[in-house]
Amino acid sequence: MPSDAELPEMLPGAAFIKDPVLIRTTGLTVQFGRRMVLQSVDLSVSAGEVVTLVGPNGAGKSTLLRSVLGLQRPSGGTVWRKPGLRVGYMPQRLAVDATLPLTVRRLLGLWGPVTDAAVDETLGEVGAASLADSPVQALSGGELQRVMLARALLRRPDLLVLDEPAQAVDVAGQATLYALIDAIRRRHGCGVLMVSHDLSYAINGTDRLVCLNGHVCCAGRPEDVRRHPDFQALFGIDPLAMPPWLSAAGPHSHGAATPGCQHTHGSGTKDTHTPKDKPTHG
Amino acid sequence: MDDFLLRALAGGVGVALAAGPLGCFVVWRRMAYFGDTLSHAALLGIALGFVAGINLMLAVALVGLVLAGVLVLMQRQRKLATDTLLGLLSHTTLSLGLIAVALLQTVRVDLMSYLFGDILAVSAGDLVWIWGGGAVVLTLLAWLWRPLLAMTVNEDLARVEGVPVLATQLGFMMLMAATIALAMKVVGVLLITALLIIPAACARRFARTPEIMAVLAAVVGALSVCGGLGASFRADLPAGPAVVVAAAALFLLSQLFPRGGIPR
Repeated sequence: MPSDAELPEMLPGAAFIKDPVLIRTTGLTVQFGRRMVLQSVDLSVSAGEVVTLVGPNGAGKSTLLRSVLGLQRPSGGTVWRKPGLRVGYMPQRLAVDATLPLTVRRLLGLWGPVTDAAVDETLGEVGAASLADSPVQALSGGELQRVMLARALLRRPDLLVLDEPAQAVDVAGQATLYALIDAIRRRHGCGVLMVSHDLSYAINGTDRLVCLNGHVCCAGRPEDVRRHPDFQALFGIDPLAMPPWLSAAGPHSHGAATPGCQHTHGSGTKDTHTPKDKPTHG
Repeated sequence: MDDFLLRALAGGVGVALAAGPLGCFVVWRRMAYFGDTLSHAALLGIALGFVAGINLMLAVALVGLVLAGVLVLMQRQRKLATDTLLGLLSHTTLSLGLIAVALLQTVRVDLMSYLFGDILAVSAGDLVWIWGGGAVVLTLLAWLWRPLLAMTVNEDLARVEGVPVLATQLGFMMLMAATIALAMKVVGVLLITALLIIPAACARRFARTPEIMAVLAAVVGALSVCGGLGASFRADLPAGPAVVVAAAALFLLSQLFPRGGIPR
């Protein structure tokens, strides 16, 4: 595991930033009762850097995010924030009751005074300009996430904290959303700390991947981390080698009878497919 | 019109004007059951108020506050689901109140008037409490409006943005306890939640912003009081239940209009 001190150096493009570190946890430990959720986690995020937390369910990703946000008191260790740090937080899911009459414009103004012009400009930046006067409840998952991203941007954040930003977004929208996050980071130079379940899109724009499972299993550039044995033990052998739509529908189990699978297999050894028994999916 | 009827009208409208906007938050935050629990505890407040010899509204508000505090503490334990906790507290405090009232030797308490309201017996002194208290509730609500709204949309987000969530929450509970104390005389402890949520639910149909919904809820509440009292006067109905039925009738009527809001 790389120590905090050497992390900024290994980041691409971090050299031009004067005082890069926005937030740093040192030996962060969180316990719920007797259950150790996070153990001695060292993490830092610098300006202009995208750090993505991945890990299985219950790995403490959300707890780590909540600790960084100051929503969760650590049982041990420290969370240091750059003085005056402005954080733009995007929660996992915004559930506004249907009885609350709230337009997007009004929603964006709830956390401080904003001008109509600023709202329109920021909504335009996230590709949601047409939604300004829609009721919040009428938005699709992807639209709502864009709006919430706009909300965070309106606060002119130094650090964006995103909790599974693409969770309620359809597959086509996910790539766009991550591209948008990447573009925002480049334009505004803010740091990004996000939790993601998705291992393909999220990683494209990620500078540093942190694999969490109660502790930091491995961390570093995505192309290094994915070869790490701990990462492969958690996620299978290099899940990034194959896009998710292929890994979901592609190599199906050959042991059990697979409905809809019409091709037959010869001896069971790989690479014996001849053009004759080429798989044909119905 | 008779004096007592005018006083009833003034008292009822005063309560409705405060309960409408506050009730919007009860609806938005899905706290109807919480309101029920607080109002059921009011009877215990009345009994304790008699024993202590203090103003009954004050006693009810204090018991409501203590109960809200107990609830927040118990919620933190996370051993029971919130609705289970509320059910436990709601019915325990109601039963305790009934027992306490029965044990009161010195005062004869007209139980029915506390359970279902006694709006026709509103005194000039009550009016001062209702309008004074109502004005304070509305002023504080206006002051808490933005943080409360931000919290209602997302509590974590509000906290990250520096909204004093705990203080706002406590403030809101205080307003609930106070409003319940004010409304007790009008509709009684068993029906108070209706005055909070039915006008708000009715107003939703016509509102495009939270503020408009709050104002409309106050208006609908006031109309319900007028309608209920009118029906009570003409047909000799019990006044408190008549007000609630009038509110429900307005709600049904509102459903006939095309939706101004959002398809669910």
